[in-house]
Amino acid sequence: MDRYAAMNSCSTADEPRGHRAVRGSTSDSLVEEACETILLSSALPPHSQLVATGIDKAYRKGDHRVPVLRGVDISIQRGEFLSIIGQSGSGKSTLLHLMGLLDSPDMGEVLLDGQRIDDLPARTRDQIRNRVFGFVFQFYHLMPELTLVENVVLPLMIRHSIWSYWKNRRTHIDRAKQLIDRVGLSHRLTHKPSELSGGEMQRAAIARALVSQPQILLADEPTGNLDETTGREIMDLLNRLNTEEQLSIVMVTHDANLAREAARTVRLTAGRVEALAGAA
Amino acid sequence: MYKLLLCQKYLRTRYIALASIVSVMLGVATMIVVNSVMAGFSSEMRDRIKGLLSDVVIETNGYDGEKNPEAHAELVRKVVGRHIAGMTTTVEIYGMISFEYAGQWITRPVTLIGIDPKSKAEVGPLVNYLQSYQDEKDGKAIIRKAERSADVPAGWTLTQSGKNYRRERAAQEAFFREQRQHDQMQRGDPPREAAPTSPTDSVVDPFALEAQAHAAVPPEPVDPAEPLPGKLYIGAGLISFPFEESDTGKLSTQWMVRTGDDVKISTVTAGTPQPVYFNATVVDTFKSGMSEYDSSLVFCNLEYLQQVRGMVHPTTGERAITSIQLKLKDFKDAGEVVDKLRAAFPPGLYTIRTWEQKQGPLLAAVDVEASILNVLLFLIITVAGFGILAIFFMIVVEKTRDIGVLKALGASSTGVMAIFLLYGLSLGVVGSGGGVACGLLFVRYINQIELGITYITGRKVFDERIYYFPEIPTHIDPWMVVSVALGAMGIAVMASILPARRAARLQPVQALRSE
Repeated sequence: MDRYAAMNSCSTADEPRGHRAVRGSTSDSLVEEACETILLSSALPPHSQLVATGIDKAYRKGDHRVPVLRGVDISIQRGEFLSIIGQSGSGKSTLLHLMGLLDSPDMGEVLLDGQRIDDLPARTRDQIRNRVFGFVFQFYHLMPELTLVENVVLPLMIRHSIWSYWKNRRTHIDRAKQLIDRVGLSHRLTHKPSELSGGEMQRAAIARALVSQPQILLADEPTGNLDETTGREIMDLLNRLNTEEQLSIVMVTHDANLAREAARTVRLTAGRVEALAGAA
Repeated sequence: MYKLLLCQKYLRTRYIALASIVSVMLGVATMIVVNSVMAGFSSEMRDRIKGLLSDVVIETNGYDGEKNPEAHAELVRKVVGRHIAGMTTTVEIYGMISFEYAGQWITRPVTLIGIDPKSKAEVGPLVNYLQSYQDEKDGKAIIRKAERSADVPAGWTLTQSGKNYRRERAAQEAFFREQRQHDQMQRGDPPREAAPTSPTDSVVDPFALEAQAHAAVPPEPVDPAEPLPGKLYIGAGLISFPFEESDTGKLSTQWMVRTGDDVKISTVTAGTPQPVYFNATVVDTFKSGMSEYDSSLVFCNLEYLQQVRGMVHPTTGERAITSIQLKLKDFKDAGEVVDKLRAAFPPGLYTIRTWEQKQGPLLAAVDVEASILNVLLFLIITVAGFGILAIFFMIVVEKTRDIGVLKALGASSTGVMAIFLLYGLSLGVVGSGGGVACGLLFVRYINQIELGITYITGRKVFDERIYYFPEIPTHIDPWMVVSVALGAMGIAVMASILPARRAARLQPVQALRSE
């Protein structure tokens, strides 16, 4: 248990260097707020859904080893909306990728429901990515050749073998259509991504992330490429998913305003967790 | 499932890949066309090479011949009788043919073969090649109907037109002789006696002398239309030449000797070789289509050749032969038959070979040519394979981000690899499918295409004077088509292995970051 306590405690020992990173005065107050919240909610529920402990990650650039994450501890509870905030290069995307098993840490562990998952065989990690996590990216990353329905149903295609997919293709397609309807794109079923607007593409990407009924949605700057209004729509959608379906969401952003919408905020600075914030 | 879907989508949206499809297609099509034409040529060639040969040839090593043909034939029958469909005995010897054309004597080397047409027809398709059994054609038009129907067995009689020609010629000669005599009488010269012997006679052996005397003063046949005792089938190439009219460019065959003419044959006797020569009547000409045969073979009536060459025993009347030819019921047994015969005859007496062994080098040359061409053409497809490799690398680079997304969505490395292998395979399938279609169409209409190219370029692509075939022969072997197509698909898949591996090894994060 003490491990969780350590994990969740704000690493106040470090100087709050986040000041320099956060833009605007609102952010300053945010940091203070965050630190206050930590003190208030130091006793977190013991059963964290996804935990990353002591994560170290560095990239090689030629002979140089560029450290990105240095001993990050982070956890998310079931049904929680966590946002990770930090300036570009602070390692927040890398952290998200590590949590989603898109990358493996140099040191440290990733645990899902208390079980270590980062050292599993590749095949199993592929399946966990497919079944447990839903990914939403800044640049949507839809397959340009596929129609909207095909894009959304893709995770189900990946999950099932040709034969079993073909047997249940109606169910799968129906499910994809249902989700497309949910994100309000049912009039665009057979359109190619190039024929959609940015907001529509992101909504499609969310539908794709949801089609495999994930336990945790990992969103990497989901609004980073959208204007304010569309970004607002996406945030509303995420909030709704969080509140209505108790979907755990980890969102990476550099926008403190958006981060504030999350129930809890973690600030990453230079590869370290700087602050934890409770409800905004 | 996503593999199939993406593969199909890539196939339909990546037009750059069509370039590699086209190269695969061209390679496959060329290979099919070349193989079909080569196979056509080679089977046609085999037919023609086989033409006058029999399945199995038993030859004496020398040209004196073996004395006891009946006993040997009996032995052959005893050993391999159940395989034999026909048998004939022949005498083969080199000789020269001389005839007068346009005021000068023309002499050519020939292989003289004494045959019995009746039994020779049993071992090979003799009648098919004799001109009196064929319509004479000028292009498509028949200028002379066949003078004999195919069910008349081959023999040594002249056709009616040959007889008429011979009679006319005899009359003409008689007229000229009369004229000459008349002239001589007028001039008062004493009629010169024809010298019965030449000064060299004293050194000629008596047997040759007899034959020579026999030949030098040909006994005037009672009926001038009847042929001389020596009767020949002459290869068309020996006594004719293709003649191109300079203004029209039309090809026609110019005959130097006609059926019914007499020619001189020189050869040597058996035993100690002595020159002999005799006059013989051309009873028929043959054309097998194999120029080597048509321009070197002369068939003679066996009994007369044996007599002239002194191969008839003076007292017993035994006749020597130099080869026994067999036709088998099934050529597949040829090897076995040859082995049995080799075991049956004392070594050194006969050389026993199948016709394929006899013409081995020629057949082998055709085979070697075909296999070299195949290797070269397969290299072309391999080049197309490298095209696929390069284009695939490009596509993998272009698709890096999508590969990352697929992996983020849970696709395994093998799955990603499978997409590209499948893509390569489908390129191969489409390419070789198109290639097979193109190739088969080309082969089907090859003669029309040849005409078209000839028309456009004004140069004859396929000159029948060189190849002896009126049309380009083709033969499509389904197995060849299948194996070429499979080979092309295999190469396409192999070429996609490297890019596919590269795609499979991409780390999802690196792939996603390639923004």
